[in-house]
Amino acid sequence: MTTTFIILILLLGFLITFQIAKASEYVSVMRGEEKSRKQNNRINAFLLLTFLVLGLIGVYYCNERLGGKILQFGSSASNHGIDVDNMMYITLVITAIVFFITQIALFWFAYKYQESDKRKAYYYPHNNKLEVIWTAIPAIVLTVMVGFGLYYWFRITGEAPKDAMVVEVTGSQFKWEFRYPGKDKVLGKKFYKAIDEGANNPLGQLWDDPANHDDIYVTGEDMHLVVNKPVKLVINAKDVIHDVGLSHFRLKMDAVPGTPTTMWFTPIKTTAQMKKENNDPDFVYELSCDQMCGQGHFKMRGTIVVESQEEFDLWMAKQKPKYYLAFPDKDPNAPKTDTTTTKIAAIMPQ
Amino acid sequence: MSNEANIHGHAEVITHHEVHHDEHHVHHHKETFITKYIFSQDHKTIGKQFLITGIIWAIIGGLFSVLFRLQLGFPEQTFPILETFFGKWAKGGVIQPEFYYALVTIHGTVLVFFVLTAGLSGTFANLLIPLQIGARDMASPFLNMLSYWFFFIASVIMFASLFVHTGPASGGWTVYPPLSALHQAGDGSKIGMDLWLVSMAMFIVSSLLGGLNYIATILNMRTKGMSMTRMPLTMWAILFTAILGVLSFPVLLSGAILLLFDRNLGTSFYLSDIYIAGQILPNEGGSAILFQHLFWFLGHPEVYIILLPAMGMVSEILSVNSRKPIFGYMAMVGSLFAIAILAFLVWAHHMFVTGLNPFLGAFFVLLTLLIAVPSAIKVFNWITTLWRGNIRFTPATLFAIGFVSLFISGGLTGLFLGNSTIDIHLHDTKFVVAHFHIVMGVASMFGMFAGIYHWFPKMFGRFLNHTLGYIHFWVTIIGAYLIFWPMHYEGLAGVPRRYLDLRDWHAFNKFDDLNKMITVVSIIVFAMQLMFVFNFFYSIFKGRKVRTSNPWGSNTLEWTTPINPGHGNWPGEIPEVHRWAYDYGKDGREFIPQTEPVGPNETKEH
Ligand code: HEM
Ligand SMILES: [Cu+2]
Ligand SMILES: [Cu+2]
Repeated sequence: MTTTFIILILLLGFLITFQIAKASEYVSVMRGEEKSRKQNNRINAFLLLTFLVLGLIGVYYCNERLGGKILQFGSSASNHGIDVDNMMYITLVITAIVFFITQIALFWFAYKYQESDKRKAYYYPHNNKLEVIWTAIPAIVLTVMVGFGLYYWFRITGEAPKDAMVVEVTGSQFKWEFRYPGKDKVLGKKFYKAIDEGANNPLGQLWDDPANHDDIYVTGEDMHLVVNKPVKLVINAKDVIHDVGLSHFRLKMDAVPGTPTTMWFTPIKTTAQMKKENNDPDFVYELSCDQMCGQGHFKMRGTIVVESQEEFDLWMAKQKPKYYLAFPDKDPNAPKTDTTTTKIAAIMPQ
Repeated sequence: MSNEANIHGHAEVITHHEVHHDEHHVHHHKETFITKYIFSQDHKTIGKQFLITGIIWAIIGGLFSVLFRLQLGFPEQTFPILETFFGKWAKGGVIQPEFYYALVTIHGTVLVFFVLTAGLSGTFANLLIPLQIGARDMASPFLNMLSYWFFFIASVIMFASLFVHTGPASGGWTVYPPLSALHQAGDGSKIGMDLWLVSMAMFIVSSLLGGLNYIATILNMRTKGMSMTRMPLTMWAILFTAILGVLSFPVLLSGAILLLFDRNLGTSFYLSDIYIAGQILPNEGGSAILFQHLFWFLGHPEVYIILLPAMGMVSEILSVNSRKPIFGYMAMVGSLFAIAILAFLVWAHHMFVTGLNPFLGAFFVLLTLLIAVPSAIKVFNWITTLWRGNIRFTPATLFAIGFVSLFISGGLTGLFLGNSTIDIHLHDTKFVVAHFHIVMGVASMFGMFAGIYHWFPKMFGRFLNHTLGYIHFWVTIIGAYLIFWPMHYEGLAGVPRRYLDLRDWHAFNKFDDLNKMITVVSIIVFAMQLMFVFNFFYSIFKGRKVRTSNPWGSNTLEWTTPINPGHGNWPGEIPEVHRWAYDYGKDGREFIPQTEPVGPNETKEH
């Protein structure tokens, strides 16, 4: 009903506009084409100026309306994010200056030099000095931007600190799976042909590798990270390309089947802190898939908790290695204290 | 300038030959409807064929964007009418994810390749090259005709793919494997994807035939006196466009063929270590990222293939209508050249977060930002062209000014994305969507509109309705900014692109009003384009007739032909050229056509 209504209205608008346009053409023929052309010229010149003014107001208004909804510069929740925000700020300032100068010049000149019987166009084919100036200035400014950019880029993509904790993230249509290396701090080997979801081996861990026996597997719930502790994500995909997008940390890295990637950063604010800072009791760090991966792409959501070391340890203590689910007989059956874990570790490498 | 003399001599020979050939052609060969309008070898007709096919695709592509905007703007609403038309794809009046992604994919593919490559280059290269350099036709009219018909076949295949029961390709216009390589990955990766690849292969053949022809024609068939540096900038732009296409499209072709192999012959170029839909695939050793290199090695030059012809036309139109020479002709040519070279050296800026070696990434940052220098030169030169002009605001002029404005806005956001540090955050967000729609999508569309309004009289001997043209311009530029400017903010909030529903996301679900506004505006803008299309077809038959052969007071050669030039363009000899194309306002004269010999007392400048 409403759809038909809208279509009808559009059709009507269509017809009316067309009739006006046709009529105006007749009028212009009657009044003399030259005269009406000149009138149109004045109208459009005026509109260009109006567009400039309203446009600039619009830019301001848009910023008022939406500026509060973006991720604020300087509010990043990771160390690298601060670099990203700084770079963004530098770029914004430079581009804003260029934007205003050029747009104002463009529309102002268009308005000012509209056709007039009193003026002759100025024959001005070239001026090499000007060309050199406006080649050199952008080149210098861009060099500065590249300089800052690369400085930050190498900081962000450099080696992870030795003491970084490691978390493996695996994407597949359309979910995220996480693996922690456990006590030995080493992720066990895996191979995609060993994947067997029926047998509790969704990642294809190779159980021969003892490093796998204490690896913790988590899916469908939060990824846990420790505040102020560097973390290195080892990123994989099982089927198609996905992307680990962490907008609050200002980071992103593709998950490519067959080619693991890595990314490291240090979360600098706990979830609780972010809740307070944003005045938002429901705040949660989200992990979004940022690479088109199929029809569930837009729902491929993960969540992250950043917490203190104690909270993290508490949580970790409750986790049970996947190995024991795959081989319940190997499970010493009382997996709650440290002593048992050491005992298991002693039994495992048979 | 001995070099120039050389070129002239050469051109002369060819001209004579052509005159001969053509007189023969015109007088003794009777043209039927089929040879005149369908399998025509006249470059002007072929240009119109490209244009009209492009317009049809633009309507389809535009309509698709309205459909998926409905979903983005009103995710909670149902539209029963959609179910009536699209059945299971819009079950219960809700656009299904598969449908949404198919729409987005075809929208992108069609607008990038069929509208802004074939529709833009195909139309104006064909129409303008022989007319502006002074030739009877293309170097090979037959290959030229084939170029159109390959495009036609590509179009038919792509169109057919919309109707297969698993739907068309739906992995995005960039069709990254493994998503696009594996049938199991989704409906859009089934037969629709094969059709997409075959269609693109045909399209590439079309592009190559066209491109080689454009290059050959511009280099070899210029009339006497038309040295390279006397050519209008449209010709330079089209020349560089064609070179870009010829050098980069074959790479996409090989990428597409390898993908077809992976899909159908069990090869593993792009596939390795895959577990999908409960199945372990045998493929090992391939690289999914390889495809991205191949794709973007074309993909980035492609964006300039789309942009350069628009730049050329805008330069020409701004100069003609400011009644003033283009400022810095040689700088304009030089910057086109620089852009064309750099366009080949920046492709990996689309791949900063694929795990690319950071050291390599650094070079791509440097080269990418370097492109901003020639871009800036062009902008400053256009603005200076307007300065102290005597500007006539035809609809073409307005669209050309709009182009410059959009190019500035979108080029500046490129400086965010080209800096890998920022791109880590903004990659694959709505910010990218806003960037490339403004700088490429809308801007090139503006260039194309400018071209259509400007050369319509040459194509059909009639004018488009100018009042509608003005309305068209104002609605479109206001609409384009309303749609894409605020979209940057969504990107800055981290909203990923290709998300059809944000309601499950805590961080992203705060742009309801904005998305509604954008959808409403895009419907209005789309309706306005339909109005333009109506104006186009109406004016072909009923438009105001052109009465003088040079309605804009232009210097270039196309306006020395009769109002409705026949096959062969000039009834007599091809005119000789004595000067560059931009003597406007020189020595107190409005304009001095290229065919006018340099007077003894003329100022020496240029
Ligand atoms: C100053 C000049 C420019 C710079 C520095 C620049 C930089 C970039 C970068 C780095 C990206 C990748 C963003 C991402 O995916 O994360 C990008 C995307 C894109 N740019 Fe530009 N750009 C510039 C101008 C242009 C121009 C002139 C065009 C077209 C005529 C263009 C068309 C595109 C398109 C189509 C995409 C998106 C492709 C996709 O992912 O679907 N850009 N640009
Ligand atoms: Cu995804
Ligand atoms: Cu690019």
